[in-house]
Amino acid sequence: MASIDMPAPSARTAAPTGPKPRRLSPGRLGVYAFLIMSAVFFALPLYVMIVTSLKTMPEIREGQIFALPASLTIEPWIRAWSTACTGRICEGISPGFLTSVKILIPSVALSVVLSALNGYALSYWRFRGANLAFGLLLFGAFVPYQVVIYPLIIFLREVGLFATLPGLILVHTIFGMPLLTLLYRNYFAAMPVELFKAARVDGAGFWGIFFRIMLPMSVPITIVAIILQVTGIWNDFLFGLVFGGRENMPMTVQLNNIVTTTTGVREYNVNMAATILTAAVPLVVYFVSGKYFVRGIAAGAVKG
Amino acid sequence: MSTVRVDNLTLKFGTLTVLESLDLEVSEGEFLVLLGPSGCGKSTLLNCIAGLLDVSEGSISIGDRNVTWEEPKDRGIGMVFQSYALYPQMSVERNLSFGLRVAGLPREEIRSRVAKAAAMLQIEPLLQRKPAALSGGQRQRVAIGRALVRDVDVFLFDEPLSNLDAKLRSELRVEIKRLHRTLSSTMIYVTHDQIEALTLADRIAVMKGGVIQQLADPQTLYNRPKNVFVAGFIGSSAMNMLPGRLNAANGSQAFHLGETPLPLADYEPEADLDGQRDAILGVRPEHIRLGGEAADASVTLDGTVDFEEPMGADALVWLDIQGHRLSARIESGRGLRSGDRVPVHLSMGSASIFDRNTEQRV
Repeated sequence: MASIDMPAPSARTAAPTGPKPRRLSPGRLGVYAFLIMSAVFFALPLYVMIVTSLKTMPEIREGQIFALPASLTIEPWIRAWSTACTGRICEGISPGFLTSVKILIPSVALSVVLSALNGYALSYWRFRGANLAFGLLLFGAFVPYQVVIYPLIIFLREVGLFATLPGLILVHTIFGMPLLTLLYRNYFAAMPVELFKAARVDGAGFWGIFFRIMLPMSVPITIVAIILQVTGIWNDFLFGLVFGGRENMPMTVQLNNIVTTTTGVREYNVNMAATILTAAVPLVVYFVSGKYFVRGIAAGAVKG
Repeated sequence: MSTVRVDNLTLKFGTLTVLESLDLEVSEGEFLVLLGPSGCGKSTLLNCIAGLLDVSEGSISIGDRNVTWEEPKDRGIGMVFQSYALYPQMSVERNLSFGLRVAGLPREEIRSRVAKAAAMLQIEPLLQRKPAALSGGQRQRVAIGRALVRDVDVFLFDEPLSNLDAKLRSELRVEIKRLHRTLSSTMIYVTHDQIEALTLADRIAVMKGGVIQQLADPQTLYNRPKNVFVAGFIGSSAMNMLPGRLNAANGSQAFHLGETPLPLADYEPEADLDGQRDAILGVRPEHIRLGGEAADASVTLDGTVDFEEPMGADALVWLDIQGHRLSARIESGRGLRSGDRVPVHLSMGSASIFDRNTEQRV
């Protein structure tokens, strides 16, 4: 027994092999503490919203906003969806949901397709004045919306699209294009140009290369573009309010009308439920595709 | 099979002139290599021939057709790129057939052409794979196959082997050579690797600064370089360059290295030599012998061994001759030590002499 050689502890520490042992250093502790605090800070409002939306009004009046609901009720959610009143109309926010979808789908599709085409043309078919066109487009990305709203109203009125669904879609498409074009241009610029040359030798033209080579290769950036546009357009309030008119109020505008209604009792639980319902679409989009989002943004942003 | 003719070609990017009044003629079935350091315009020239760049002046003809304004697809060319440029979302088969599908060929025709190219390049087992699942060598085979299926007369290669490791490179080099023999198509091949150039080419065009310095077959290029640049660029242990004076006055012709006259009886000048001028003597390491075994040498000098670089089959010995450094290729295992004094034999018949001002061969 005594003949078994055990390495002395000092010898073991002197010659490290294998993976380095993990230790919880003070720095790590600090990082975790910060992360947990941030998570609580950002998650708490969401918690309050969910909890409040499941309480009855009498319970809310007790003022215990962090307490779990004593008796669960989904009545506020039903009211928010179908019977809450905006002014004199009591249909909840479901009509707004439909309008938002009607605005969202064509706007996203149009802006993504046009921007992909723009980015492709700007990075591969260098026409005269391409740099100027790109510069102007970039400039468009940085102009505050409020500056152009009035001229845009006049323009839409003149062409007869003011307060119509197509008009609103047009506005969303135009304002989505600068940023998306930048994304696509940078994405295509990072691709080997020899691919484009090979396709030309193979006989594909402008559209052939776009649809058969470039578009199938730009799935990651297209996912990013779709996420950006879906969340941006869904969350939009200003354009919906200004350009939608009475007929085409998106969900956000209706939510605002419900929440800011000044007649009668303020139904906090209904407001909370309506807000969560409105925010649900972008939230789901983020949860489903967060991974692609980070990846695509990084892919598009690194190379200029 | 087609000839390729480039007439008076000029290419400018804004104010930058990349190629100026360049003329080049490639005959039917010839393998021409464009060789030069990076930035010399060789790839640019190839892109012009392919139609991927619009020329500023001049014209390009393939076969009997002037194709200066034609689209790449209408020029009857196939092209292979350095980065393979395979379409990543398509299988090998669809990569090969892409050009044919774009051209709208009947399905049977496409299938038979793809099968033929795949057989020729031995890539049949890979047809259903995506490019990402292929090794570098396999990818380049597919890229060559994509040019093959187009059934063209002229193949353009843009540094096709530069991304491969040394072993694969020499394998594919042989394959390209064999392909050229089988198809006997015209091939234009861009590279910066002189070994590729010397082994593959029927003729090599050495380029520098957008100008063709010398256009000749590999042997001529190696033995009789036209100027100092070509002499220094070709040869894998570089040519020794010794500055001196050329004296061709009063009948006796000699190159004076310092005080030592080296008679030029064996040297074949480009034109009759006369007068005196500053000159450079270029001698390749393999044209230098050490010790007593040189029967073919015309000149003997005294040298001191500096050090020896063993290279396997042979060795490179660095010598000091009258303050000039000189390398000589000798068989390995001679056991020379640094400081040894040895007789150095130069073979003047295989040397090159350049005017030091014009840097042209004399």
